[in-house]
Amino acid sequence: MDLTAISPTLLIASLMVAATPLLLAALGELIVERAGVLNLGVEGMMITGAICGFAISVETGSPYLGLVFAAIGGALLSLLFALLTQLVLANQVASGLALTLFGLGLSALLGQSYVGVKPPSMARLDLPGLSDLPFVGRVLFSHDPVLYFGIALTIATWAFLKFTRAGLILRAVGENHTAAHALGYKVVRVRILAILFGGACAGLGGAYISLIRVPQWTEGMTAGIGWIALALVVFASWKPLRVLLGAYLFGGLSVLQLNLQAAGLAVPVEYLAMSPYIITILVLVLMSADKSRAPASLGRIFHASS
Amino acid sequence: MGQPLIELRGLTKAYPGVVANDDVSFAIKPGEVHALLGENGAGKSTLVKMIYGLVKPDAGTMTLNGAPYTPEEPRFAREQGVAMVFQHFSLFDAMNVAENIALGMENPPRLADLSARIRKVSLLYGLPLDPERTVGELSAGERQRVEIIRCLLQDPKLLIMDEPTSVLTPQEVEILFRTLRKLSADGTAILYISHKLEEIRTLCDEATVLRLGRVVGTCTPRKTTASAMAEMMVGETLTAPARAAVASDEIALEVTGLKARSPSPFGTSLRDITFTLHKGEVLGIGGVAGNGQDELLGALSGELRSDADTIRLGGQPIGRRGPEARRRLGLLSAPEERLGHAAAPDMSLTENALLTGAHRQALTKRGMINWSAAQGFAERIISRFDVRTPGPHTAARALSGGNLQKFVIGREVLQDPRVLVVNQPTWGVDASAAAAIRQALLDLATNGTAILCISQDLDELMEISDRFAALNEGRLSEIRPAQGLSVEQIGLMMGGAHGMEVAHV
Repeated sequence: MDLTAISPTLLIASLMVAATPLLLAALGELIVERAGVLNLGVEGMMITGAICGFAISVETGSPYLGLVFAAIGGALLSLLFALLTQLVLANQVASGLALTLFGLGLSALLGQSYVGVKPPSMARLDLPGLSDLPFVGRVLFSHDPVLYFGIALTIATWAFLKFTRAGLILRAVGENHTAAHALGYKVVRVRILAILFGGACAGLGGAYISLIRVPQWTEGMTAGIGWIALALVVFASWKPLRVLLGAYLFGGLSVLQLNLQAAGLAVPVEYLAMSPYIITILVLVLMSADKSRAPASLGRIFHASS
Repeated sequence: MGQPLIELRGLTKAYPGVVANDDVSFAIKPGEVHALLGENGAGKSTLVKMIYGLVKPDAGTMTLNGAPYTPEEPRFAREQGVAMVFQHFSLFDAMNVAENIALGMENPPRLADLSARIRKVSLLYGLPLDPERTVGELSAGERQRVEIIRCLLQDPKLLIMDEPTSVLTPQEVEILFRTLRKLSADGTAILYISHKLEEIRTLCDEATVLRLGRVVGTCTPRKTTASAMAEMMVGETLTAPARAAVASDEIALEVTGLKARSPSPFGTSLRDITFTLHKGEVLGIGGVAGNGQDELLGALSGELRSDADTIRLGGQPIGRRGPEARRRLGLLSAPEERLGHAAAPDMSLTENALLTGAHRQALTKRGMINWSAAQGFAERIISRFDVRTPGPHTAARALSGGNLQKFVIGREVLQDPRVLVVNQPTWGVDASAAAAIRQALLDLATNGTAILCISQDLDELMEISDRFAALNEGRLSEIRPAQGLSVEQIGLMMGGAHGMEVAHV
């Protein structure tokens, strides 16, 4: 076994790339759940975003336009979920699972003619001075813009929930929708907006995989990242900064275990492959041992008359 | 004083199948404390929801300060100076006091400034509050302070209070009244909703009485008697329950050093509870909500387990047994929460009757359900306790609160228990049904059942209890004979004023 073959520079740089789709999807779901809605359709919205972004990029030649339409695609699919759960009061768990199945099927259909096509690539951000620094420059300052957007979005989400009035109202709706309604807040409207935001984030995360991380289109290529994002939100105790930490931990371990496999570590591959899941969950379970708990109205159906 | 602050003319609101308010008119002057009296279901809540903009009237008009007043939503009502303290607090447990108050304001200042203002106003009115504390950790009295201060910060012209005293100790009620009187002296009108008549007589200037959605009378509470107002409210004369005292020396239930951890994060754990309950006795347990009542019921019913010897039923240790085992031995219970705890909402009355009555009424045989016997049992409960329902096949959810309460209490009473534990047996039940439930409990005691009645209604406990004790922060006070206890003494047993102060100005 030759551990020197693993380059720390590449390792850290690629863990940030591996973590970004998970981070984006989890942040979106975090906002949805803080508003009191459980959307299990993250995987479906991600894969839909992945093919929408891929197709638009290929057709227009612009990866940025692709990302915008990936977000729109994810949001449109989540609008279906919003209609089902907020307006006709369908069960959230069943609707979310249906959304995932629907998204997987829809993306396979849309993507039929895009298998094997190469998408236009996105230029890396080149920050004069910073990107040229030894080690730090490679690791931190020469990535694609979406990766930085993910980090900025984490901070923005944290600040939104903690400091803004809109964030306070969103938390209130998720905490006690009856009381929020009695105070005159529009519970259904807040929740629909949150669901759309969650859909857009998931779509963006999906497109990050198909346009930047891989980059190509294959059926079912999100490979369960949406489900990890759902678990991550819970284990991160619904806190944005912990989601960032968890996503990077998971990304780091995934990249590391691939590197270890390549280096020929004498452990069965299956154990290495499961290690990111186990270690991430273990760390976050230990961290969530404090008093934080789920939004009290999570998953409960709201109707103004009751 | 000339012009009224708010005037209601012919307000009408109908829901499918029921007219909640029918042609309701009255007026409130600035600085007046106006009582709105009525039984459950008389339409009080619908009426104040219309004033607060949560419900739109079908017909009728309102004027505020002489100008037409048509609140589209609560936001608009708040802008016009109408504030409301809700019956079931509209608070968010996981947030702190300042955040909760900010949510109830139109244009809240920055949180730091808001915290400073909360401290100032809370001291001014003798309602001390720490803006940083999480609401879920506050007592009921403190939570109400949060609601009141939320209203006061907006300088309301009309303050609506929906049954504010149901969760307070007598001392806390006294302090609340002083705060309200000070507000009224400052010119704030108060619309005070309650069915506690003595309170209304001490506090209110005028009263409007509602029955079945209509105004059936107005009076000046100070000049009328409580019984005259009660008759106006109910429309008939009420008889107080009667009983023959037959408490024997034989011990039915013995609890020694009972400790139990609360299963809910904001609940109160039980600490070292000790009492004995004799055959034929009614032991009343008072106390402000959230001081361990739910946990005590859970520990006795078997939902919470304890050491075997801490609970003895007729000498037999049962602390480790579950609810069904205790039911078989004759320890029955009826929890406070009707829907979801005492009854399964979407199951029929027959099924609900079966759920606790299966063994004692022999409704199952070798694991098979005897449906005709179960239905017969449900029908007996319905006829004996005058439950208004189309029949035993109706879902529990479809019953009104009072009717379901009669059903769940009746279900336990008819099983002829050795010991019956009830929590809030007449909560949200109208006066005549409440009287019927109390009478049924007393009749049961006369036949030798030991009854433990947990309640927040002190009048009820004084009416039916032989002995009285109070729960305070999970501890049980000394147990005293109920006869001759003064309100003052009861208040001290319940924990006094919980550090509340009287208004400073």
